[in-house]
This record gives sequence, C-alpha cells and structure tokens, in this order.
Amino acid sequence: MAELTLTALGAQLFTGLVLGGILVLLAIGLSLIFGLMTVVNFAHGAFYMLGAYFGFFVLGFTGSFWAALLVAPVMAGIFGLLVERGMIRRLYGRNPDDPLLLTFGLSLVLVEGVKVIWGKVGLTLDPPRELASVVDLGFMLFPQFRLFIIAVTALVLVGLWLFLEKTNVGLIVRAGSRDPLMVRALGIDLGRVWSLVFGLGIAMAGLAGILAGPLRGVYAEMGTEILIESFVVVVVGGMGSLPGAIVAGLLIGELVSLTTYFAPKAAEIVVFVFMALVLLVRPSGLFGEPGLAE
Amino acid sequence: MSRSARALGGFVAAHPVLVIVGFFAALPFLVPYKSLATQMLVYGLYAIGFNLLYGYTGLLSFGHAAYFGLGAYGTGIVLARLSVTSLWVGLLAGVALAAVAGAVFGFFCLRRRGIYFAMLTLAFAQLMYFIAFHAADLTGGDDGLRGIPKLPLGLLGWSVPVSTPLAFHYFALGWVAVALFGLRRVLDSPFGAVLLAIRENSDRAAACGYDVTRVKLLAFVFSATLAGLAGALDTLRLTVVPVESLYWTTSGQAVIMTLLGGAGTFFGPFVGAATFLVLEDRLSQLIEAWPIVIGLIFMGFVLFLPKGIWGTLLAGLPAAASAREPAAS
Repeated sequence: MAELTLTALGAQLFTGLVLGGILVLLAIGLSLIFGLMTVVNFAHGAFYMLGAYFGFFVLGFTGSFWAALLVAPVMAGIFGLLVERGMIRRLYGRNPDDPLLLTFGLSLVLVEGVKVIWGKVGLTLDPPRELASVVDLGFMLFPQFRLFIIAVTALVLVGLWLFLEKTNVGLIVRAGSRDPLMVRALGIDLGRVWSLVFGLGIAMAGLAGILAGPLRGVYAEMGTEILIESFVVVVVGGMGSLPGAIVAGLLIGELVSLTTYFAPKAAEIVVFVFMALVLLVRPSGLFGEPGLAE
Repeated sequence: MSRSARALGGFVAAHPVLVIVGFFAALPFLVPYKSLATQMLVYGLYAIGFNLLYGYTGLLSFGHAAYFGLGAYGTGIVLARLSVTSLWVGLLAGVALAAVAGAVFGFFCLRRRGIYFAMLTLAFAQLMYFIAFHAADLTGGDDGLRGIPKLPLGLLGWSVPVSTPLAFHYFALGWVAVALFGLRRVLDSPFGAVLLAIRENSDRAAACGYDVTRVKLLAFVFSATLAGLAGALDTLRLTVVPVESLYWTTSGQAVIMTLLGGAGTFFGPFVGAATFLVLEDRLSQLIEAWPIVIGLIFMGFVLFLPKGIWGTLLAGLPAAASAREPAAS
C-alpha cells in the first residue's frame, strides 16, 4: 500500500472528480433518453468515442481546440438525432428490448467504421495550450485541463437544470417522461421532443468524449468499458433519476480513483462490487423509485 | 405443399433433437474444414443456452460470456493447472462452475426486471473478465490459459482417443445431444409452459400462483449450464482459453446468433450460429472490416426481420410444421 499523504489523497480525490464528471455526462444522457422514451442506448459509448474523433477531425481542420470542443458535440448530436429519426423511431411500441439490440448493432458498426476511416492505431488529442499548465490549489498542484473538465461538467449540469426546469420544452420533457399519453392528448407533438432529447443526450456523450480524449487517449474501443461503467452508474443511481446519476457518477468516480491509489488491480472490479452491494440494500438504486422501468 | 414435404415438416417438428443430431453428424463432410462444423455445434449450443433465457423466458441477458467463459476456464484450470487426467472431471468441473455462477449472478440480476436485467448481466460478466484478466497466476491473464492436454476419454474401462477433429466432433455431438434432449424435456414440461407464461405476461403468471422469481432463477441456472457446457467443449476444441471468452463481445455473439436465427424457436440458435460463422469465415477473407457487415446485417434483422431466419420461415409455413414449435413472440 502506498504511503498516505494529504496531498496525494487530495490529488486522488480531484482526479476522482474528473472521472466522475465524465461518467455523470454519460449517465445523464443515458438516463434522460431512457426516462423519456424508455430506450437503452447501447451505442452511447460509441457516440462518446465519436465525439473524441470528431473533435480530432475539427481540431485538424481548424487548429483550434475550442472550435473542436463546440463543434464535435454538435456533430455527434446531429448524428444521434438522425439515428433516432431514421431507425429507433420504427421500434417504438415493439418489444422494449429492440432499441437496445439495434443500438448494440450500431455500436459495432461505428467502432469498426472509425477504424476504417481513422485507422486502428489510437490518436492523441492535445489539450489546448491555454490549459496545458498546472494550477496551485494551495495544498497541491493540479493540471488546468482537469480542473476545466470539472468546470465544464458543472456548467452543463446547471444548463441542463435550467433547460428542464425553466423552459417550456423542458416542461414538456418532464411531463413526457411521466405520462406521454396525456401529453399527446394535450396536442403536443412528442416525436419532435424525443428527437431533440435524443440528440441532446448524444451531444453530452460527445462532449464527454472530447473532454476525456486528452486524458485517456482516443481509440475506437474507448467507449465500450466506460459505457459499462455508465450503466453501473445508472443502476446505482436509479434509472431515469438525474440527481441519482449525478450522485452515483461522482461516487463511482471517487471510488475508482481511490482504489486505483490503494489497490490498482482492484480498480476495475470495485465498481461492480459496489453495484452488487447497492442492489442488495436498495434494489431500485439510491434515488430510484421501485417499479419504474420494469 | 406436397404430401412428402408436409410429412418431412411433421417429422422435423416432432423429432427436433433427432434432426439436429442427424444434421451435425453429417455436417463435417459438408463443410470446407471439419473444425467449422464443430464450431457451429459448440456455438449453436451456446446460443441455445442464451435462447432459453431470452427466447423462451423473455429475459435479455447481455452477460452470457460469464457462463461460457467460466465453463471454459473451469475445464481449462482443472486440466492444465490441477493435472487432472480425466476428461469427465474436467468437463463437469467447467459445467458446474458455470452453473454455480449462474445461481449467484442470477440471484442478483433477477432483483431487477426489464432493462436493468440486461445491464446487470453485462456488469457481472465484465466483473468476471477483469478478475480473469488480473488473476494471471491461475488464468494466464492477457495471454489466455495455455497448456491444456489432449486427453482420451475413459469409457467403461476403455480409453477412447478424441483428439482428431472428426472424433472430437462426435464427442462434442454426444454432449450436445444429451443437452438438447434435456432441454426438450424441460420445454415440453409444465415448467416450460410457465416459462412461456412469464415471457408473455410475468405479472399474470405470478397472479396464477407461480413463484415467478424462482422459475426465472431455475431458467437462468439451466441457461448458464448450457452456456458453460459450450465453453467447456470449446476449451477442449481449442486447447487454450483466450481471455476474450469472458469479454462482452462473446456475450454479444450469443445475442447476434440467436437473433439472426430466430429467438424463441428450437432450431433458430443453430441456424443463427451457422449463419454467423459462415459469414465470419467468408467475410473475413474478403474485407478487413467484416464486423461492420455483421453489424449492419444484425441491425437489418432487428428492424425488418425480428423473428430471425427460422422464425420468419416458420411464420410463412402452414400449421403442420409449426404445430409443436412454440412460435416467437
């Protein structure tokens, strides 16, 4: 076991916050999409990966990381919106497993497709020069870019909260996830809201991808393992619960980060053990309502 | 339809196990190389196990790699690490390990229904993958488990060599025949009827007085056992256990094969496994990115042919052939 110093512990806690932030961005998208249209998007990890590759593409085109950061999520979001319109929409009202199966197939195609276009070897995505140095937090030095990831996650969450709570469309989204039939009876075209929310969730996954790219590398399979971790976050937090996704995402981020420090080999395993424990104590997750989505 | 065709259809429907065993007995002489036939047999059994849970009980598992892989590792570790010289003990150890894992993970996964179930099965399979990956002393880790001996089969005092491809094919076929016979008995029993009832309406089955969770757990364990047997046979076929046998892509293979062939049909998983393996064999020689084609075909099936190849065929046939075949939902 490594010697425990306050500085090292602080560094791990902050690193956990960064990983937690990325998991939250993914889990919220999954949860939002599921809450509204009961679709489990198995391709969420593939869109996370696409976000990073789109970012690499835009960066090569414009030379600006900031342009990439803005454009890549939009590109991923539009792609996602088209997928919902063109394919997933056909499956509503059928077996609830069908969208999961379809997006599973889609993730295979996207992962292999990226290898055809950008090659099998991973790419490196450099953080912007403005954020390449470290910040003095008083008790330790921390890379600026990691702090930036935490800030962006917080900003997106505040924006999402404002969108859901303060806008008319947000009201429709909330009502639609509670009782879609009633919303339709009131004359609201839920189909357009579905496409919008699907695109939004995918854009958040794409954003998570381009943020994670400089830290974890950009490669075709980068989305598969983090997708499974995001599933765990959603199960632990409670499906369809946004506060649940945030709390569980940060908890699991910290858990992984601290385990990496004390027992590196157990870092990948601890996530699943934690999930099993939560399921034993609270089968519906920390914030989930029993019976939802069953 | 002519009378002879109808008679053939009736025979196929009445003796499905016999038809499958007969087909696989002849298959080694019909395919370009014999190991392809054995591969179809073993993966067909794996898909059969998955299908018992998804097609007949309505539970979508995305983690059957756990049981396939544990069956493979159980057999491999007993034969390669513990120096056991009995093929029987080796095989049964793998199958038993998969069954026990099915009982434990099934208990957890069945605490949640629907979508959660798929995610949980996936998570537990991934847990097994990471454990195998890190426990390199026991499993060989990233390199896979090597050094599994080719043993003869001890049978009533005789020592039967099963190391040639053809002999091994019939050895595996014997096990698959036993498994299929057992499966057929289960599906034809009242228990099998309860499985279908749970698939169609789980709440109503519970209201009829059936202990739905217990029935599901039994189905889960049986399904894991079949997948474990497939994994154990695959270990003997390859004499190596790649760590990918526990990876989620292996779970995905069961899903793809079963959906291609037709979920909820007796023949579907074999049709799907054969289709998948032939496609893989042909496509991988033509293009490097062959998984794209498999993925696109799979998406096409989900969108336009959700009953799969065999299920669609059955739906197009008159009642004669499909009378005894529980149709896909």
